[in-house]
Amino acid sequence: MQDLLYFSQQLINGLTIGSAYALIAIGYTMVYGIIGMINFAHGEIYMIGAYTALIAITGLTALGLAWLPLILVVALLCAMLVSSSMGWAVERVAYRPVRGRHRLIPLISAIGMSIFLQNYVHLAQGSRNVGFPALIEGGFNFSADGAFEMSLSYMQITIFVTTLICMTVLSLFISRSRTGRACRAVSQDLGMASLLGIDTNRIISATFIIGAALAAVAGLLLGMYYGSIDPLFGFIAGLKAFTAAVLGGIGSIPGAMLGGLILGVAESMTSGYLSGEYKDVVSFGLLILILLFKPTGLLGKPEVEKI
Amino acid sequence: MAANNLRHALFCAVVTLIISIPILGLNLEAEGINIILTGAKTSTYIAIVLAAIAVFVFQAYRDSIMGLLGKLPNLNPLADKEPMEQSKRAKLESWILTGIIVLALFWPFVVSRGSVDLATLVLIYVMLALGLNVVVGLAGLLDLGYVAFYAVGAYTFALLSQYTGISFWMALPIGALLAGLTGMTLGFPVLRLRGDYLAIVTLGFGEIIRILLNNWTTLTGGPNGIGGIPEPTLFGMEFGRRVKEEGNTSFHETFGIAYSGEHKVIFLYLIALVLAVITALIIRRFMRMPVGRAWEALREDEIAARSLGLSRTAVKLSAFTIGAFFAGFAGTVFASKQGFISPESFVFLESAIILAIVVLGGMGSQLGVILAAIAVTILPELAREFSEYRMLIFGAAMVLMMVWRPQGLLPMRRIHITLNKQE
Amino acid sequence: MLEVQNLSMRFGGLLAVDGVSLDVQEREIVSIIGPNGAGKTTVFNCMSGFYKPSGGKILFEGKEVQGTPDYKISRLGMVRTFQHVRLFTKMSVAENLLVAQHRHLNTNMLAGLLGTPNYKKREQKALDRAAYWLERVGLLDLANREAGNLAYGQQRRLEIARCMVTEPKLLMLDEPAAGLNPAETKELNQLIVSLKEDYNVSVVLIEHDMSLVMDISDRINVINQGRPLASGTPEEIRQNDDVIKAYLGEA
Repeated sequence: MQDLLYFSQQLINGLTIGSAYALIAIGYTMVYGIIGMINFAHGEIYMIGAYTALIAITGLTALGLAWLPLILVVALLCAMLVSSSMGWAVERVAYRPVRGRHRLIPLISAIGMSIFLQNYVHLAQGSRNVGFPALIEGGFNFSADGAFEMSLSYMQITIFVTTLICMTVLSLFISRSRTGRACRAVSQDLGMASLLGIDTNRIISATFIIGAALAAVAGLLLGMYYGSIDPLFGFIAGLKAFTAAVLGGIGSIPGAMLGGLILGVAESMTSGYLSGEYKDVVSFGLLILILLFKPTGLLGKPEVEKI
Repeated sequence: MAANNLRHALFCAVVTLIISIPILGLNLEAEGINIILTGAKTSTYIAIVLAAIAVFVFQAYRDSIMGLLGKLPNLNPLADKEPMEQSKRAKLESWILTGIIVLALFWPFVVSRGSVDLATLVLIYVMLALGLNVVVGLAGLLDLGYVAFYAVGAYTFALLSQYTGISFWMALPIGALLAGLTGMTLGFPVLRLRGDYLAIVTLGFGEIIRILLNNWTTLTGGPNGIGGIPEPTLFGMEFGRRVKEEGNTSFHETFGIAYSGEHKVIFLYLIALVLAVITALIIRRFMRMPVGRAWEALREDEIAARSLGLSRTAVKLSAFTIGAFFAGFAGTVFASKQGFISPESFVFLESAIILAIVVLGGMGSQLGVILAAIAVTILPELAREFSEYRMLIFGAAMVLMMVWRPQGLLPMRRIHITLNKQE
Repeated sequence: MLEVQNLSMRFGGLLAVDGVSLDVQEREIVSIIGPNGAGKTTVFNCMSGFYKPSGGKILFEGKEVQGTPDYKISRLGMVRTFQHVRLFTKMSVAENLLVAQHRHLNTNMLAGLLGTPNYKKREQKALDRAAYWLERVGLLDLANREAGNLAYGQQRRLEIARCMVTEPKLLMLDEPAAGLNPAETKELNQLIVSLKEDYNVSVVLIEHDMSLVMDISDRINVINQGRPLASGTPEEIRQNDDVIKAYLGEA
């Protein structure tokens, strides 16, 4: 019984982290699906989202606002606004001018952008980590013979529910809205879509904005969950989310969700049964193995080499 | 059209405000256990507003500004001038290179100890950048975990000296070979991946190696690192005040001069210089050999290269291994210079700096890479205020280079080939 | 010397090539023609090892080579050009030809680093062979030009020269006349015939320029929608009703 509870605890922790990874992974996968580049700076967009959310929360509290849901919603909106603007600006400045050039050029540009943003926040906000107040406390506890307790915190529930809402809205948006349909068309064939009168630049911008907004949501959630943030906070999370995207099949949105969950669980199982220090090794190892043996991921489409 | 332009300009200006005000203008500060929000200095706000105005003006009058810029005689003297005649440029480049080497030889005897130390570091970066240049610049393989091979070289020396008391001169080839071997082992499975995936996988490998170094405490000392790494000796002569190892003599006693701590620093510098020159020469030679041409061919058009009988794996692997080999070389020198190493010296940022050097210098170009290594290492030391902004500027420079001049400041020069008419 | 038996290639649900057979004898020019999208290039991609065929056999000098990796195919002596010219654009014209001789030069690295006499001798031989073929296709004066800066017709010729320095037995040309003007096409015509007559190379040709095909081919294979439609001498093909129908129907 105790073992089972321990296992369930790891599972819950893993799914929590994993659903947040999935939110970040959407940004990677959509951008890759449309313009075929790895947006290396996406992790930084997420980090900026977390910072903005914390700034908003602190500011609102200082202004005397006390009703928690309002604080959270306003902070979330602020984070989404700033991150989306950043995502849009990054695409305009660093990616659009190099679009269509040799594959490595946009990637190097993205790495440069990632370093730039990391240091932008570092210089403005300092390099040490700042505490993120735990606004949502408490949870359900389960115990067997009072020995080991398994807990499902309200924070974890918040993460699940928010992720679920975001994913549902995104799916509806992609399948129903005009822009969503255009997104799918552009990801099928960019050249053809533009011949058919779709403003591809607009769609690409939209992709960056959507991805960044979801990353900001993840930033707020994970910031609260971990309890502290720092300027390097986005780098590893970005890599994890990228791994999730690849695991699920890059370019595929359901794949990103699936990949995020699998990765989250794999990580928390490693922490729970081996050692927390090696959880990064496991996720990088997983990434390498997938790329080697099934580069299309679980739900991705195979790519035929064009000659 | 004009109204559209203005709307767009206004939008861009607003975005500028949105992305800068919260992050730059409102600072989070810890006060006891609470966090409070403080406003930034007034000058920051003024700067933000000015930036927004600048963006607005630029976007609103973009066409006319770009037109004007186009008409101006190009600001960059290198950019649009008739390319210098090949042979002339080759001559000029070899003169500059010779000049640098001669200068580098005499430099340590006239400047301070700190400067020599810094110069040694520059040379280590030169070696690293030349090695990475083979992988990224010539073979077109983006390796984001290059620092891992540097770590292998450094740790090989550190561990061997700790457990077997090996000397620098023995460790140098062993470290380099082991790094090359690691490169080959890691490279073999991953080199068939497409370019951008390869970049991420190498990044993952780099992180894995760092995490292992950090956690395998019994062997590597974990975050505490390994100390007491010996300095190089000159034909069995040590540079310390007292001889540490039996059978060795000390440099100052042999030559009957007064002991000076500077001897050691200068000696290490000269070793680094010789090794850097050797690295440059060997790689230069590779570039003119079939294998060097194969690297470039694979970078230019993999499918065509394969259709002509080039094995993708073998060619890529050779570039990867050779790059790793020289990183191991540099790592051994680094360990010896520092006397102490820890995983902190081998983080991703280090890979990014080396990559920035290669990108700025002009991928493929040796002279460019050497000049960039000097600039990137020395600039932050010259201007202290600059060092804080160092990585910010590197990041921005990488983006700008890709947008504006992806071939680098000093693009690679083709080697002139003389062909004789055949019957 | 080359025999393709019942070749088929499937991409997902699409059968791009279905039951194509052809054979090439020594010193023979064999053409593959057919409407766009008929699967001609796919046949080439299978023959040159880029694709592993889903079915059928490819025999080169009596040995089965289907599924052999691309780089090994060319070492056997089967080399190809590409529909859209594929040069190493940033490298010089001469370097393009030296790269192609990689396998002839592939001595060990140490010999190259030390510059042993043997290495130098081989290098010189490669240079001479490059010079010979550049002269042959009229590009010797441009040897140190960046390949990407050549005119289109010159790039086409350079691509053929690059194949020839590997001393192939069989040359596969994928639409070599595409984008050439009539004068250049005529030159190409002579060049291909000379490759066969003077250098004993067999040629497989994919081409849309019918006058070129009819002029130089010894035999022609017609494929349509991935399936073989007809084969025979130019004369027979010219009078084949199915072929006429397929072509007119397409138009």
